Amino acid sequence: MSQANATLVVEDIHKSFGAVEVLKGISLTAQKGDVVSILGSSGSGKSTFLRCINLLETPNSGIVSVNGEVIEMRSGSNGQPMPVSRKQVERLRTRLAMVFQSFNLWSHMTVLQNVIEAPIHVLGISKAEATEQAKALLDKVGILERMDYYPAHLSGGQQQRAAIARALAMNPDVMLFDEPTSALDPELVGEVLKVMRDLADEGRTMLVVTHEMSFARDVSNKVMFLHQGRVEEEGDPQQMFSAPKTERFKGFLANTRD
Amino acid sequence: MENIWEYRDLIFIKGGLLTIQVGLGSLVIATIFGLLGAWAKLTTNFLLNWLAMGYTTIIRGIPDLVLMLIIFFEGQIFLNFAGEWTGLWTYVEISPLTAGIGTIGFIMGAYYTETFRGAFLSIPNGQIEAGIACGMSRPLIFRRIIWPQLVRYALPSFTNNWLVQLKTTALVSVIGLQDIVYNANSIGRKLREPFTFLFAALLFYLVLTAVSEIVLRSMEKKYSAGVRRV
Repeated sequence: MSQANATLVVEDIHKSFGAVEVLKGISLTAQKGDVVSILGSSGSGKSTFLRCINLLETPNSGIVSVNGEVIEMRSGSNGQPMPVSRKQVERLRTRLAMVFQSFNLWSHMTVLQNVIEAPIHVLGISKAEATEQAKALLDKVGILERMDYYPAHLSGGQQQRAAIARALAMNPDVMLFDEPTSALDPELVGEVLKVMRDLADEGRTMLVVTHEMSFARDVSNKVMFLHQGRVEEEGDPQQMFSAPKTERFKGFLANTRD
Repeated sequence: MENIWEYRDLIFIKGGLLTIQVGLGSLVIATIFGLLGAWAKLTTNFLLNWLAMGYTTIIRGIPDLVLMLIIFFEGQIFLNFAGEWTGLWTYVEISPLTAGIGTIGFIMGAYYTETFRGAFLSIPNGQIEAGIACGMSRPLIFRRIIWPQLVRYALPSFTNNWLVQLKTTALVSVIGLQDIVYNANSIGRKLREPFTFLFAALLFYLVLTAVSEIVLRSMEKKYSAGVRRV
């Protein structure tokens, strides 16, 4: 498989916050069905990298293309790059759903309303159709009976599963997970990971920033280890976990045994 | 007491309606100024930040009565001067009612600016990011995610401002408007029963504020869906 028909291609992303260069040229190619785990200690730039893909952060340089379509960038008035067309970015974002560390469900809407919101108002699907689809998704993540609850009345694990259903409702080509289990109580991590495993088994293309080593090792088919804004080591998870090549990844594994 | 009944039209109908008119009219203007001010403070445009900062600092730092007199008398002169200078309009005269509504709206707008700014800042940024990540456009995010929560967070302080504003309307008597206080006071003095008449005006305000609280409280309840009470 080549880059030409890849679902997601990210090339040489650089990102600085003020004088601090957080990403120093990171590339990634994901084919359909790839599950890529992005590892690294805090401050390695892994979340920033994920946020550069859907332009929640605007990279200083680099290319992002989704299904072969490159997001056009130009130099803005302050010299910083900005998208040529906001419409294009908004359209491509519907192809890249994101699941956040702190769930970010809309607190004034019920679970069901959260899930049908974007399909109705962004994709233009009818309410009846969106509701039917949402119920199927909520059933799939195991919280159908909570669909009329507001987020504040759910546990963290339930909220995250609702957020995954909300992301799935866009029927995205790639799902971006930004430390989806890091804000959860330990006993709630499993239920969210299980949903994510099911999605991987279904052939969903996923990029997962995570600290869950077992997920990275057993579920993903590609692992990327970032250190200080660069890719320190990447490859097949079985190989990387059994025989890490770099000292840094070896040290990282030693510190995060689960 | 029978005197009050005799003068009920002048006090409650004419004066009371004027008070309500100035109150509601200036509420609309203050809300618009407040939303614009909050937007100007929150945007990244330096000039707008600076303008909004100047607006809230100056207006909130000067007594309402002084502002009222300055804007009514000097504003008229300034407007005619500007018209003459630009050649866009000739002599204009602002009616005291327009001036009163405009001035109170402009003054209270500075307080509503802070109300709306604070309310906006209470909305977790992650919820806005979630909207962006779904491909929502900015207007859609404002309409569907920001606005309903902005109303909810703004209402308690909004209610507070409105109660102050309603009572501030009594200041319009200094620019010649005959509101309920003006009428009650002048009739009461004439009949040598000032307390009776002012007491009637007091009750009128109490009824208005009580009704306002009931209405705004029910709105608060409606917009608080999803809020967990601990």
